[in-house]
Parts: sequence; structure tokens; C-alpha cells
Amino acid sequence: MESIGAIIIAKYNYWGVIVLLLVGLYAMVAKKNLVKKIIGMNIFQTAIILFYVSIGAKKGATIPIILHGPGDSSHAVHAAEYINPLPHVLMLTAIVVSVATLGVALALALKIYSQYGTLEENEISDKIMESEPG
Amino acid sequence: MKKLGGIAILFLGGILFYTSFDFPHWGDGKSPASQHVSPYYIEHAIEDTSVPNIVTAVLADYRGYDTLFETAVIFSAGLACFFLLRVPKRKAPTVRFYRHLPTGVTLRIEKGGRLPEKTREFERIDSVWVPYDLIIAMTCRLVVPFIQLFALYVIAHGHHSPGGGFQGGVIFGAAIILFAISNNLRRSLKRMSERTSALFGSLGVMIYAGTGIFCMLMGASFLNYSSLASFFGVDRITARSLGILIVEIGVGIAVTAVMVWIYYNLSSAGKQDEGL
Repeated sequence: MESIGAIIIAKYNYWGVIVLLLVGLYAMVAKKNLVKKIIGMNIFQTAIILFYVSIGAKKGATIPIILHGPGDSSHAVHAAEYINPLPHVLMLTAIVVSVATLGVALALALKIYSQYGTLEENEISDKIMESEPG
Repeated sequence: MKKLGGIAILFLGGILFYTSFDFPHWGDGKSPASQHVSPYYIEHAIEDTSVPNIVTAVLADYRGYDTLFETAVIFSAGLACFFLLRVPKRKAPTVRFYRHLPTGVTLRIEKGGRLPEKTREFERIDSVWVPYDLIIAMTCRLVVPFIQLFALYVIAHGHHSPGGGFQGGVIFGAAIILFAISNNLRRSLKRMSERTSALFGSLGVMIYAGTGIFCMLMGASFLNYSSLASFFGVDRITARSLGILIVEIGVGIAVTAVMVWIYYNLSSAGKQDEGL
């Protein structure tokens, strides 16, 4: 049985991610303003990115760039000396894609605002109800 | 709705918290994520591609398809913003606004009025008045070239240090957006028009896909850079790192252009005459 302190040290990265994830998800579910929902989506994405990057960590390892000098052709490379590069690769593209999705989301919000004059969800649905005959 | 959502999310949080105890410890080198392909990448990146930065090697070589379509996703995000927001160019506005810089007087010129001479003293401004800020304009003018230089360095040095096409492209795009914010959209559009950004966006994706097709023409599979060896006149391993560099440049161009394109459309709500 491990002590509580050891458990906290081993898991607190996940707890931080969970808190961020819940904050983002709550903003997406409960907030009525579309821009706040978009901000929530971005917080959610950040939580996922943090989760992946923290998975890649290894104790006592360095960044995934192989140490080498000029003219140093080949020496044995041990996987334990470098952190896992794969999550970094995945998140590198995910960050840029999240910027692109943010752009599209803001474009949709702009379009909705110019159509209905508001970004509040309940007001938008009221206006849709009004405009429909019957 | 708020209460229901809160309860559901707290419930989810409880489940996630409970399952976190089954996860590997933080920093555990023997966690499942670091077991399968990751050790291969770390141990063979240099002998396979001669690129010391494993992230770059995996991004553009081992997982080249992924990155190709990631670039295509970014380009289609730019296209989506364009199709959602862009409205046809309206007629030139009948009323123009100018600012006399030494005195700060704003001139409103109706249709048919005499426009001020094109000197440095007069600056055309947007219809929504913004104060003239010498400090911001001068600081950005000084800083922007260095940000752009740094972006080029990040792209070119992605093989040996943290960096690459995505990061450098975003920094370069941010420099252009900073210029557009600190001056105005009209001036920025004069330097990099919407057409240019759209063309460069597609050019970047085309460089990436074209490299893959060129590899096929040289007699190997799609995006197998080893076949470029005879084209560059180097050995097959160095050819891979050169192929990665070309691809990264394509990614950088595409990301820069699409960032700027999205900004143009968002800041002016698709009218592309004036904005932030």
C-alpha cells in the first residue's frame, strides 16, 4: 500500500487535466452565450493537449532531440533517455487544428449574430420560433 | 439545465477521478504509451532519417500522411471561413475619413470632395474612429521584422531544435496579424492581399502533396523521400532529411497564409475593407 503522498505525486497531473476538462465541458453544456461555449471548447482542447503531453513524460529523461556532436555519426541511443515523442507530434498538429476550428467557430458565431442580432441561445431559439409560421 | 449539466459533469468528474488510479504513474518510463512504436522512433530516428529532432522525424516522415491531411484540414478551415463570411465587394464608400497626423485632426470627405494629397501627413482611417497611437505603431514596426526572422529560423532549424513548419508558420502569421492590428486592415491587405494568402495556402498544401507525388515519379511509394537521393545527389538517408525540410516549408507557407486569411475574414466580417 502506497502512502497518500506518493499517490498524489503520481497522479496529480491527471487530476489537473480532469479539472480543466470539466470546466470546459461545463462551459459548453451550461452556458447560453455562444462565445462562452467556444471558450469552453478551447479549454477542453487544452485539457486534452495537457493530458497527452503529460503521458509522454518519463522521469529522468530529456526532450526528444538526440544529443550529437558535429561529425558524430552513430552512437547507441536508449529509449529511456528521451521522453516519448509521439504525444508531442500528435499535439503539435492538434494545437494548430484547434486554432483552425476556433476560426471556423468564430466565423459561424459572426454569421449567427448578423442573422439574429444576438449570441444568446434562448433568444436565438425564440427568434426562430417567431419566424416560423404556425 | 444548468443544475442538470452541473450534476452530470460532476458525475463524470467522479468517474474520471476514480479511473485515474488505474492510470500509469506520472513520469513512468514503462507506461503503455511509451512501449510500442515510441522506442523504435527514438532509437532509429537518426539512422533512418538523419534528423536528431525525433518529433520532426515522426511528424514529416514516419507519420507523413497524418501531417499531410492535417495541413489539408487547416486549409479547409480557411476555406470554410471564406465561404461562411465573405461577401462580394461593395461599392467604394462615399464618405472617406482621413487623419492629419501632426495635429490629429480627423477629416471627413464626402463624395466629390477633394482628397488630401498622398503624403505621409495624411492617413486614411476606418469609419469607426480609433485613436492614433504612435507608440504602438512604432513598436510593432520595429518588432515585426524580427518576429518574421525568428519564424523563418524556427522553420529552417526544425531538424536540430524544437521547431518546424507548424510553429514557424504560426509565428509568421502572427507577425502579419500584429502588423494588421497595429496599423489597419487596409494597409495590411495592400502588403498581403486576400488573393495572395489564398494562393499561398493552397501552394503550401501543394508543395507537400507534390513532394509525395514527385517521390512516386522517382520510383518509390508516396512520400518516401529516399527516392529523392538521385535528385539531390546525396545518399538515401540525407535525402530523407531534405525531403522533410521541403515538406516543413510547405506546411509553414500553408499555416502562415491560412492564419492571415482567417484573420482577414473574421476581423472585417467578410467585407475585407476595414476592421480591427
